[in-house]
Amino acid sequence: MTWGLQDGQAYAAIGAAALVTYALRLGGLLLSTRLPNKGRFRGFMDALPGTLLVSLVAPGILAAGALGVVAAACTAAVALRSRNVFLAMLVGMIIMMAGRRFFA
Amino acid sequence: MTPELSTRSQRPSGLYSARLDHVAAGFTANLPVAASVAAYGSVLGVLAVQKGITWVQLLVMNLSVFAGSAQFVLVDMWVPPLPIAEMTLAVLAINLRYLLIGASLEPVFRGASFWHKATRMHLVADENWAVTMAARRRNGSVSTGFLLGGGLCVVTAWCMGTLSGHLLGAAVDDPAVYALDFAFVAVFTALAMSLWRGRMDLIPWVAAAGTALVVERLLPGKWYIICGALVGSFCAACRHDGKSEEETGP
Repeated sequence: MTWGLQDGQAYAAIGAAALVTYALRLGGLLLSTRLPNKGRFRGFMDALPGTLLVSLVAPGILAAGALGVVAAACTAAVALRSRNVFLAMLVGMIIMMAGRRFFA
Repeated sequence: MTPELSTRSQRPSGLYSARLDHVAAGFTANLPVAASVAAYGSVLGVLAVQKGITWVQLLVMNLSVFAGSAQFVLVDMWVPPLPIAEMTLAVLAINLRYLLIGASLEPVFRGASFWHKATRMHLVADENWAVTMAARRRNGSVSTGFLLGGGLCVVTAWCMGTLSGHLLGAAVDDPAVYALDFAFVAVFTALAMSLWRGRMDLIPWVAAAGTALVVERLLPGKWYIICGALVGSFCAACRHDGKSEEETGP
């Protein structure tokens, strides 16, 4: 195996991600008594995981076209009703697969 | 619930030592959730192959980053030359919740040494954290060994799932035929819905999606993720005027 620029970049990216993640994990525990636990900061932090995931997928859904919007809507509906992430993902992918086969 | 009561009372020192039976109990308690972790991990493995990530790189990432959604984002942004600054910021934003998760574990670690905290916190994922907090609610207290056992279970499932997905992905010629290119969108749509807290999320989520769509056209790279999240969460913070002060976990 050769060690190239690609590898260096890859491990730099992984290392930075690992460092940041570990710092947050341990930092939360060590700073637990100093973090504001109420008010707007709490509202901001509580909403963050959801808004982040929504921002992440929105362009991808539109990029997949009308079929993508239908598949994503069904995925969301199944996820909301069943609370089963894996099942919901499967439903979205099957709709996408079937849709491409019939309409493309 | 009176969590203060149970932690303030004197605890047997065994709660902080590496009790193997506690680790084993934590491992077993996490087995059901580990099955879905492995399934979800196999999708990441398939996506990683498409991006040219080797199995060694994936394994290193699994063991060092060990955060599902952040790893999906990393893999999605994996287009050489790697945008390391944007990737790191995205991971920071997506993992900010670990600050809250870490903070919520304070009663579990109360009285433990820095070394003990530093070595146990790495293997805290959403899944084993949730199982640990549930066990604590049930039994009144829980050991850090139980938390560690759960982490070991989840990391094992995560590695097995992602690496088998990597093997599988290498055998698939055209990912579009099996909608594997859509797997990422589907996983995150489902994960986002699992975070849906009701009507209070509607405006922040619409604001986040709208911002992301606009910024994606205006700025190169993946800045739309952070911009959308910040605008959406800002909307949530503005509506959070101290009136609806709920006492919930992160």
